[in-house]
Amino acid sequence: MGLLNLIWSSFPALLRGTVVTLELTLAFLSLGLIIGISLALSRVYGGQVLAKLASGFEQIFRGIPALVLLFLFYFGAAEFGINLSVVTAAILAMGLRSSAYQSQIFRGAIQSISSGQMMAARALGMNLYKAARYIILPQALRFSIAPWSNEYAGVLKDTSLCYAIGVVELMRQGRYIVARTFGHSLLIYILIAVIYFILVYIGLKGLRLLEIRLHVPGFETKRNGLERI
Amino acid sequence: MSLVFSWGWLPLLGKGALVTFELTVLSISIGLFLGILLSLGRVYGNKPVYLLSSFYVQVFRGTPLLTQLFILYFGLPSVGIMLPPFLAAVIGMGLNSGAYQAEYFRGSIQTIRGGQMVAARALGMSQWQAIKYIILPQALRLAIPSWSNELIYLLKYSSIAYMIQVPELMFEGRVIASQTFRTFEVFLVVALMYLAVVIVLSQLLGALERRFKIPGLGRSGRILT
Amino acid sequence: MFQVLKQKEMDLKGFDMSNNIILRVEDLHKVYGALEVLKGVTFSLSKGESKVIIGPSGTGKSTLLRCINRLTQPSSGRVWLDDVEVTDHKANINQIRASIGMVFQDFNLFSHLQILDNVRIGPMKVKGMSKEEATKLAMEELANVGLADKVKAYPAELSGGQQQRASIARALAMNPKLILFDEPTSALDPELIGEVLTVMINLAKDGMTMLVVSHEMGFARSVADEIIFLENGVILEEGPPNQLFLHPKHNRTAEFLHKITELYGETVK
Ligand SMILES: Nc1ncnc2c1ncn2[C@@H]1O[C@H](COP(=O)(O)OP(=O)(O)O)[C@@H](O)[C@H]1O
Ligand SMILES: [Mg+2]
Repeated sequence: MGLLNLIWSSFPALLRGTVVTLELTLAFLSLGLIIGISLALSRVYGGQVLAKLASGFEQIFRGIPALVLLFLFYFGAAEFGINLSVVTAAILAMGLRSSAYQSQIFRGAIQSISSGQMMAARALGMNLYKAARYIILPQALRFSIAPWSNEYAGVLKDTSLCYAIGVVELMRQGRYIVARTFGHSLLIYILIAVIYFILVYIGLKGLRLLEIRLHVPGFETKRNGLERI
Repeated sequence: MSLVFSWGWLPLLGKGALVTFELTVLSISIGLFLGILLSLGRVYGNKPVYLLSSFYVQVFRGTPLLTQLFILYFGLPSVGIMLPPFLAAVIGMGLNSGAYQAEYFRGSIQTIRGGQMVAARALGMSQWQAIKYIILPQALRLAIPSWSNELIYLLKYSSIAYMIQVPELMFEGRVIASQTFRTFEVFLVVALMYLAVVIVLSQLLGALERRFKIPGLGRSGRILT
Repeated sequence: MFQVLKQKEMDLKGFDMSNNIILRVEDLHKVYGALEVLKGVTFSLSKGESKVIIGPSGTGKSTLLRCINRLTQPSSGRVWLDDVEVTDHKANINQIRASIGMVFQDFNLFSHLQILDNVRIGPMKVKGMSKEEATKLAMEELANVGLADKVKAYPAELSGGQQQRASIARALAMNPKLILFDEPTSALDPELIGEVLTVMINLAKDGMTMLVVSHEMGFARSVADEIIFLENGVILEEGPPNQLFLHPKHNRTAEFLHKITELYGETVK
């Protein structure tokens, strides 16, 4: 079988895998976003108990390897008699894990906003919820876009770990193709690496554009892009 | 349903933990060496060196570690190169970590004021001497927080080596699970082992960081694990 | 001459100040750990009155203002706004704050919002005013402080003086019963102080009730009904500007007034 022919014939399977990988990324990030914002708000504005709980949650989900979390959720559910599909287990494990990292991003951003902003909002008569919703979060989320792009890239790459519990994403499609077309494993896996690479950089570009679009004079973002997520 | 644990699991898990430890130490070391070279290439290199090291960093940061390990372990045999699992994992993780460490070092080299290099050269040092005696000692200290972070990351990510048959902690957990059918309990123990090491390690590294802090050198912003 | 002007306005408005108390502060204490910042402060403010608080740095002036709208929780003592007790824990504090304007030393305009949005967000989100109505109101207030052409600008694009005027407009748009000013001009370059003071003087002359922490004695002498000298957490002396300047009861008052007139000069002609 010619190389071009091989690539051509694997195309549909790789495309299906790519779609699943993107769906997983979207699901993990969304769950992580909602819970991450709540965790960050709890840590900054919640009482002592709430802040402690949130910080414990973060420590646990950041301290356990993603692969172990996937196993715990997948096999744990079965143990407790809950019937979770692999995809649901993956979304819970990886979404909660991402929320722990996202919370750190948002918390840092919230704390970098001058306390005068909150004071001015409360002085106008806004309650804590309104002040967070209309004054603090719009600023904090803008500051978060740059570090959040790291989280995006990390989550996208880590979807590959769902392979281990049997989710048919890009890596597993690759494995199937390798099994079908004996002797071309190097080519197939490099092809897959290229796909991940493209997805990562398209996303980063998109987020950079978003950041520019939402830019407000006076918000110079502290971009370093160094954190490993 | 009730949870069942057994002390009998510990010897095997201990054996796995030792492999996890070896894997982490070897790959962080390879990554350290590579990271320093790459960061110097990106800051002081000529155009081709700069482009090459940038390309390396982008490729390794832009693709999953699992894919990189699969290329080494399942991919290379198709062109006649067979690597044993442990070696493949150490190489893969080392190459991967090198890309991240390069970014930490580059960041800290760039925060060192240009005056340091000028002053060193004014003393008559060659560029290499200036890098070795003046720039790197400062840059490496500045990078301790992100480097600690990287060590902890690598420790956790070494679990991925299980997917290419390296008998580390995760792998041994799987072995016990398949014998006892107590998958959840076994991985709960595995999770606690990782968690304990990660927490202890971050405390230790935090102490190390305070120890090596030099008054007035850089910021001390700690990137949390 | 100032006194004459002021008197004339009072006659025009035709009311007796003493019976129109808007703000009453009674035996206010504030303790931070071992530090007692406010040691029993009592005073009141009538409708249309302006009082200026002066005192050395760190003496509790900002703390006092923040206790009035409970941005800081007083340790003891009471505050009334009209007949509502602010310090009552069952009181709706957000509703009370909505009727007390506050202007800060470093402006604290909402950085992510254009000036127009800064001014209308309070009426819309706190008072539930419709967007059209709030916009109309905000445009009026901004025109009053001379910023009609800056409504689309972001705070970072304005000078300090413009930002402070915008923040005064933000307070005014809530139609407050009283405005608290915490050193509104001390973060400004000297040449920008005048434009902010002019806005404040016009406000006072229009009958706004104001409590102003400021060391601008020119401002105090032109519009303040009284000056309150706060030192070490207590009111050392209180009285009309001329009385404090010409016949201070305490040596400390004379010394302090002398020092600040020397330091700040009299910016207002
Ligand atoms: N949140 C706080 N916690 C502890 N001490 C405070 C706090 N806020 C103010 N203080 C202290 O209270 C004193 C009065 O402060 P402040 O009211 O800001 O003074 P002023 O505005 O007159 O300069 C200062 O000594 C200050 O350090
Ligand atoms: Mg003050």
